[in-house]
Amino acid sequence: MMRLELVKRPQKSRLMSVLSPIVAVALTVVFAGIVFAAQGHSPFTGIWYFFLEPITSLWGVEQLITKATPLVIIALGLSVCYLSNNWNIGAEGQLTIGAIVGSILPILFPDFVSPVVLPLMLLMAMAGGALFALIPAKLKTVFGTNEILTSLMLVYCSNLFLDWMVRGPWRSPQGYNFPITIDFHEWAVLSAVDVGGIYLNLSAPIALLLVAILAVVMRSTLKGFEIRVLGQSPRAGSFAGFSNRRMTAFAFALSGALAGLAGMMVVMSEIGKLQPVISPGYGFTAIIVAFLGRLNPVGILIAGLVIASSYLGGEAIQTSLQMSSKLATVIQGVLLFFVLAADTLILYKVRLVPGREGERAHA
Amino acid sequence: MGEGSGDSTGEMLRRVGGDTPLLEVRHVTKRFGSFTANDNVSLKIMPGEIHALLGENGAGKSTLVKIIYGSLQPNSGEIFWKGKAVTVASPAEARAIGVGMVFQHFSLFEAMTVAENIALALPNCRATRELCETIARVSANYGLPLDPNAHVADLSVGERQRVEIVRCLLQNPELIIMDEPTSVLTPQEADQLFVTLRRLAEEGCAILYISHRLEEVRALCHHATIMRRARVVAETDPANETVNTLAQLMVGNEITRVTREKGKLGPEAILLKGLTQVSQEAFGVSLHDINLSVRSGEIVAIAGIAGNGQKELFDALSGEEPLDKEDMVILAGEAAGLMNINQRRLLGAAFVPEERLGHGAVPALKLSENVVLTRHGTGEGIARRGFTRFGKAGRIVETVTSLFDVRKGVVDPEARSLSGGNLQKFVVGREVERTPKILIVAQPTWGVDAGAAAVIRQSLIDLSRKGAAILVISQDLDEIFEIADRIAVISRGHLSKAEDADTLTPEKVGLLMAGGAEKKGAAAA
Amino acid sequence: MLEAIILTVITAATPLLLAAIGELVVEKSGVLNLGVEGMMVMGAVAGFAVTVSTGSPLLGIVGGAVAGVLVSLIFAFVTLTLVANQVASGLALTLFGLGLSGLMGESFVGQPGIKLQSLDIPGVTSLPFVGKILFGQDILVYLSFAAVFAVSWFLNRTRAGLILRAVGDNHSSAHALGYSVIGVRYLAVIFGGAMAGLGGAYLSVAYTPLWVENMTAGRGWIALALVVFASWLPWRAVIGAYLFGAVTVLQLHTQALGIGFPSQFLAMLPYLATVIVLVAISGNRRATLFNTPSSLGKPFVPDR
Repeated sequence: MMRLELVKRPQKSRLMSVLSPIVAVALTVVFAGIVFAAQGHSPFTGIWYFFLEPITSLWGVEQLITKATPLVIIALGLSVCYLSNNWNIGAEGQLTIGAIVGSILPILFPDFVSPVVLPLMLLMAMAGGALFALIPAKLKTVFGTNEILTSLMLVYCSNLFLDWMVRGPWRSPQGYNFPITIDFHEWAVLSAVDVGGIYLNLSAPIALLLVAILAVVMRSTLKGFEIRVLGQSPRAGSFAGFSNRRMTAFAFALSGALAGLAGMMVVMSEIGKLQPVISPGYGFTAIIVAFLGRLNPVGILIAGLVIASSYLGGEAIQTSLQMSSKLATVIQGVLLFFVLAADTLILYKVRLVPGREGERAHA
Repeated sequence: MGEGSGDSTGEMLRRVGGDTPLLEVRHVTKRFGSFTANDNVSLKIMPGEIHALLGENGAGKSTLVKIIYGSLQPNSGEIFWKGKAVTVASPAEARAIGVGMVFQHFSLFEAMTVAENIALALPNCRATRELCETIARVSANYGLPLDPNAHVADLSVGERQRVEIVRCLLQNPELIIMDEPTSVLTPQEADQLFVTLRRLAEEGCAILYISHRLEEVRALCHHATIMRRARVVAETDPANETVNTLAQLMVGNEITRVTREKGKLGPEAILLKGLTQVSQEAFGVSLHDINLSVRSGEIVAIAGIAGNGQKELFDALSGEEPLDKEDMVILAGEAAGLMNINQRRLLGAAFVPEERLGHGAVPALKLSENVVLTRHGTGEGIARRGFTRFGKAGRIVETVTSLFDVRKGVVDPEARSLSGGNLQKFVVGREVERTPKILIVAQPTWGVDAGAAAVIRQSLIDLSRKGAAILVISQDLDEIFEIADRIAVISRGHLSKAEDADTLTPEKVGLLMAGGAEKKGAAAA
Repeated sequence: MLEAIILTVITAATPLLLAAIGELVVEKSGVLNLGVEGMMVMGAVAGFAVTVSTGSPLLGIVGGAVAGVLVSLIFAFVTLTLVANQVASGLALTLFGLGLSGLMGESFVGQPGIKLQSLDIPGVTSLPFVGKILFGQDILVYLSFAAVFAVSWFLNRTRAGLILRAVGDNHSSAHALGYSVIGVRYLAVIFGGAMAGLGGAYLSVAYTPLWVENMTAGRGWIALALVVFASWLPWRAVIGAYLFGAVTVLQLHTQALGIGFPSQFLAMLPYLATVIVLVAISGNRRATLFNTPSSLGKPFVPDR
């Protein structure tokens, strides 16, 4: 019997750091090909429609950017959390609460029509998301409560809260009893402009700006250093004079703010009002994006585009091959597994060796 | 339990005699990648013999022992047990043929009882009442009393070692491997252990005794095998050697001796006044009314057995654990009790914690980044306006590595890739290079080779003679007597009065370590 | 009325108990598998699919357990053999399971299922009050209690259980004594997968014989919280699961009474209760210390 054996490398492999996400993507493509073949399609046709066809048109590229933008923004915040060992998986809820708080202006004060509404809404959404994210953070630092579970439980609560808002107090009187709020006014929506045939709004450049800022912060500031140190070794972090408690609050607040911002911009650009469902799970998919991007800002930008293309790919295979678009979520999950598995190559050499008696349980 | 549970201990220990070696290792070689840990090593142990395996850290002792115990497989070479070639594929097989092991870093399970811990090492055995009775009887018989139902987490270090030894005895071993057993014991506890070991040897049980404490090897062992750089370099009867000749064999010509002259004393730089702190941790030690002063130009050492409040004292001094009153700790004349670690560093203090990896340094970060770790808040410009300057930190790495002879493969390696001795030189050097006015260092040479230890100890003495006040927290009495001007002892969170090192002996310090320091105003004199 | 309430509490608690008792064993071995939700939902879809295609709910239950085991093996391979981060891999398992179950279940949406039979002993089950509660349940309810009993006995009274706890307490020491840390953990993860699969199958075969996408609705996460609540003691998991079952039922009954309280807030109750319970339990850290596996979530690589 053969088995895998890991040998620790003395240094992180730089080559593998670059190669491992590529290996993971390649394996995922192979996996997808097998699935297509199993479904009676040519694997190459399937791969073409799923991975490549969507970005051959300008409209496809526009869709790609639209879908990637919130994923990238949320994943940036999550990467700070995960790097500092704070397991926030409630971005979906922070996105929702952020969007609700930001929508106070156009819904409760529809007559307040002014250019300042737009930045105000974004700021309020960020504050709302941050405050909501601080709940699990504070529970963690004060009571030692597991933040994974609390942040996730709050997602269910926030979605139910939004549901109640749009069916209850905020339901539009002109909405024919549909669970929707009134339409936002002109300064409460992000309108798209034509950039070389692609219609884009403000959110994509904001995402790019955030990528650049976070890249600088992580690379050459003390704050970025603090994030990395506290994540890898809390005790060494406190020896450096950094505070774990403050970092937990900071990381949660930052990721909550970014999730709130992303949620608000999705509502302002794609929907123009609130409704029971405002996000197709961006907050959860961003977790995949953060890991696929190896928690690195530039990596996250690329990963966001890759994952966004899989959404479009899902739609493409549905129309072209009559396959289920749900295949996209499966492929995203498989991709995340491959990424995590391939990361092993950075720290370890993997060898295949004959099985050995002594290693087996004798109980 | 298995065979012999109801027997008396005398019958439990099976014996062989004669001229056949009990264990013979022939030409064993073990490589890890390109690194050779054991190079053509041979070793012979007779029944009833206490056999010393001597060598520096990194000489290959642990690897050899793991091969004998079945934890590692050699690349080549053979093992003979009572004259027959055997393959020891796993620790379970080693135990089955009669080899037991007492680990240096105990392989105990904290959340479990003594009986459960022992049951885990016995074949097909559960923690039954029968086993509990056997444990109580055997442990009392050998002068190692134990409560089978106590949780290991509640035991002292000495008691934990007893668990390891009793666990080993219950497997009816003919050979017991002991890895640095006295490194965690007071001199008095060590003497008690030697009585037990001699009795075992008289009953015919062989003991492979790993140590670098040459005095005790001379007193205890019948035979010594000495390893250096993965090879066996000598075989000798330790009774015919002096400590110096043994040391010579162990380290070759690399011995550097530490030199120490009396320094010129300056003002009190570290002053602890009634330092009291209740521990918040589950198994932590509370500090009780600790008073101490360290003047510029002197080294004061705090001796004590592990787990008596050293960690808590270090954290209180460094500011990692906040104190109640600001005048409990006075550094360079400033009440620093409420300051954080970087504010204390700005007063001229520097700190070296016990744990190199994970406290003193981040394993996966480069050395330059680890310089930033402790020196970003010292006003040296390594962090400015929120931006870090890794280039400047890199130059400090170069200075430290050349001053302290830190051996590294690449220019700026990750901390985890350095050997223990080299990383310790770096961690100490990183602080000494700043020429701090105050240095507080825990276990400065724990688990490092003699060469590195000498470099580190000398650097501490030199720094103090340049006018720094140095507080060393250590478990190593040899080290303490080598470098300290005055010595205090910590025991269960109480600190004895610091006495002049010249008026103290290891025995007196040992008595204080065993609890004498808890008496009010205790001193060894 | 009380009888009806107790009966619904049992059905609400059983899937939580099944999944929690499996995860308890996994965590006792030192592995943190956050993918319970993913394994449960796979168990639900597989349980439903097998039941519908074979006509046998019992086979459906087995199918659910097998599906749970299969996806748990992916997690085991990635985290144990390849020492990937357990938290991230658990999240991956959940996302993967939700996606795959949605894909597999697409053709079953809206199909009627077959409900698992409940026990019916003539004369006994019809006893007033206790009859239905004690002798009129389906096999998984009895199995959930049998599992609690068995796990409790296994962990405290058997040698294999002692070894499993040892591996979770200190994997380096267990390895030094010659125990196969990885092997023990594989078995534990597989057991956790089977139990989560059963919990999921309970939802689609016994609770509501239907397939609805994401029908676990966070129960896997609540099961994880229950393990913390139980401080890794099997019998406390029963208390926790029935407490949550009661909260769920309270929500349903209050809704039925139509007290004008928004239904969304009632629906939040189980999730809010989880948060509150987690906070309450974390106040008592000293007491749980001996039961918390010290190696939990830490990767293990034997040196060679």
